[in-house]
Amino acid sequence: MKKTLALTTALGLIASPVLADVNLLSWGGAYGNSHLEAYAKPFEAETGIKVTMADADNPATPIKAMVEAGNVTTDVASVEYADAVRLCDEGLLETIDPSILVAAEDGTAAADDFIDGAVTECFVATDVYSMVLAFDDSKFADAKPTTPADFFDLEKFPGKRTMRKGAKFNLELALMADGVPAAEVYDVLATPEGVDRAFAKLDTIKNDVIWWEAGAQPPQLLADGEVTMAYAFNGRIFNAAQGEGKPFKIIWDGQIYEMEGWVVPKGAANKEDAMKFVAWTTSPKPQARAAEFISYGPPRKSAAALVGNVEGTDVPMGPNLPTTEANMTNALASNLDFWVDRDAELNERFNSWLAS
Amino acid sequence: MANALDPHAAIATTAGGVTDGALRTADGRPLVRALARSQSLARRRAFLLVLPLLAFILITFVVPIGQMLQRSFYNDGFSAHMPQLSQWFADNPRGTEPDEAAWTALATDLKASAEARTIGVVGTRINYDVPGTRSLFTSTGRQVRRGLEPPYQAALLDINEDWADPRLWSAMRDASSPVTGNFYLAAVDRKRGDDGSISQVEERQQVYVMLFMRTFWLSLVITFVTFVLGFPIAHLLATLPMRKSNLLMILVLLPFWTSLLVRTTSWMVLLQQQGVINDILVWLGVIGGGQRLQMIYNQTGTIIAMTHILLPFMILPLYSVMRTINPSYVRAARSLGATSWTAFRRVYFPQTLPGLGAGALLVFILAVGYYITPALVGGSSGQLISNMIAMHMTDTLNWSMAAALAALLLAAVLLLYWVYDRMVGIDNLKLG
Repeated sequence: MKKTLALTTALGLIASPVLADVNLLSWGGAYGNSHLEAYAKPFEAETGIKVTMADADNPATPIKAMVEAGNVTTDVASVEYADAVRLCDEGLLETIDPSILVAAEDGTAAADDFIDGAVTECFVATDVYSMVLAFDDSKFADAKPTTPADFFDLEKFPGKRTMRKGAKFNLELALMADGVPAAEVYDVLATPEGVDRAFAKLDTIKNDVIWWEAGAQPPQLLADGEVTMAYAFNGRIFNAAQGEGKPFKIIWDGQIYEMEGWVVPKGAANKEDAMKFVAWTTSPKPQARAAEFISYGPPRKSAAALVGNVEGTDVPMGPNLPTTEANMTNALASNLDFWVDRDAELNERFNSWLAS
Repeated sequence: MANALDPHAAIATTAGGVTDGALRTADGRPLVRALARSQSLARRRAFLLVLPLLAFILITFVVPIGQMLQRSFYNDGFSAHMPQLSQWFADNPRGTEPDEAAWTALATDLKASAEARTIGVVGTRINYDVPGTRSLFTSTGRQVRRGLEPPYQAALLDINEDWADPRLWSAMRDASSPVTGNFYLAAVDRKRGDDGSISQVEERQQVYVMLFMRTFWLSLVITFVTFVLGFPIAHLLATLPMRKSNLLMILVLLPFWTSLLVRTTSWMVLLQQQGVINDILVWLGVIGGGQRLQMIYNQTGTIIAMTHILLPFMILPLYSVMRTINPSYVRAARSLGATSWTAFRRVYFPQTLPGLGAGALLVFILAVGYYITPALVGGSSGQLISNMIAMHMTDTLNWSMAAALAALLLAAVLLLYWVYDRMVGIDNLKLG
């Protein structure tokens, strides 16, 4: 009897966990680890507000389910920019008051310190990742590719390429390779002639492209020698080059960057503490610290100078981040509105183009 | 009145024609009814036993699939959040120019929807039919929330002149009723024009019909290849002595138990241009270093990898049928003068048909819905309709479109099943 009682009490404890002050929903893996080490632990140490972390494949999915079911157990979640806008438009998120955000150390207002688009009605960015061109250094002895145009130059830089199977990123890259400056890419792509132009440029390398679907494929294809150049997420290439010592080099010219960041689900139980967490973690120092764990750049200009070495090594992380000044010279911010509007249409055309 | 305790009496009475002539039990009830009652009791008990399974299938299979299929023709993303404009469409026939009443309804609905933060849902629904309009709804919604002065037509056109687009109004009219066939039209590369007529989409947007054809064609090829490869193996398995055949069986089953992803990636290692097979061919001097064969990331790769993965589904039913075929039939045929080919063709092969039918049906249906293997090794020419369904489920989030494509695929498979039943007979199927 005593045993049963103890058992039921234990079960009861598991079934209704003592709610922490802030329940954080992240992605797990190396990225989730950067949240734990750079945000959750120091925040707890400094403010005494307890942070409990949980992981999801994509935190946007459970948020939708939680809010619709009226049982919100998450206070802050890390989501992609596109999902944040969707969820916000559907009324599933709390609005975040931009005045809570911490100013830069030199006194620059938060609004000016964050890069464009990093703070929206319901979203504050924590990091920037990007799609970059990369190549196998050992395959090009003399001249090295340096621009998107070189990616499309099969004569000068022979070998197969690998690109993501889908219209997004590829159409922008094709236009940049065709001489459109980053700032004008989406204006050109908004016209039917611009789309035709992008597909015509892709036509020139179509027969030499292996299309990838999972983010792990491009570094593998490079490592196997199947391709000499890849168009892939910067974190994957960095990990293969830094962690496994592969001779991969990143071309930052023409990079297309996107953001991830915090959202607070509608009806979050600990909204006040959640907002404190959002404000504290998006201040420059924690942002810079997070970038030492994973090669995603801080979205605050003043944080760039604070980034140290890759955690556990003496290699400076700065040059490997998408947000570093030198890497941003011809960078393109992924235009979310454009893709939400045209995703289906352009992907249908892309698939039809692929198949023909 | 018959004596209830005496069965003879009952029969005698019946025989005597006092009642309606039906047989009765000892207690006087008609035998048919008593029998039915006792049988229904047994049936009910049997039903209770299968009830858990039935509930399981219902909850985890029928209901979700039904809900998914419902999405293919039912989408209230627009009508539920734009009630006034939907009402205006209901009151005015197609072809009516939008008057100020319509613009007022539009403005009121936009405002209400923007305040309820459902404008994204509305915009997404219209964006399916007119690409590029989701941001029109969300950006207009943001401005309308701040307040809008009549006349609304001028005010809305002032915000964005795209609101005058007849295509947009036609799409809103289509969406004003939650029940729509538009997703099915799109799934067969058709669209509805401004006047409601149905036409083909532009050639460069056409993709689904071609992918359906390719899916069925590749599945047929894969089914045929698994038959050609699997038949001799199954025969060998069925005729070898037990000890050897068990060993061989493990060789068939081992890959069957291995993870699908592992098998797919092994094929990548073997077939890629810098892969094992190409390396061996170059080393042997069969091909030069510059002419390495492209065997993966195209249809060839899809066919090879899927054939390998689906082979056990052909071998196992064939084997189970071949085991039961009495070898004396073939011996008898041979002793009566048939050549070995004739004996095989006229005596042995017809007896394997139930297994062949089951295997072919299994392989074909699995191949039609295959997703991960073509996605990984298919390249551009080896992707199937299931990859499009996945794209609409996860990337574009157009679940209605995914449901319409899936419904068409399901219908096509059911049709094939029916044809198979007509031609071969489902009773002939032997799964093991």
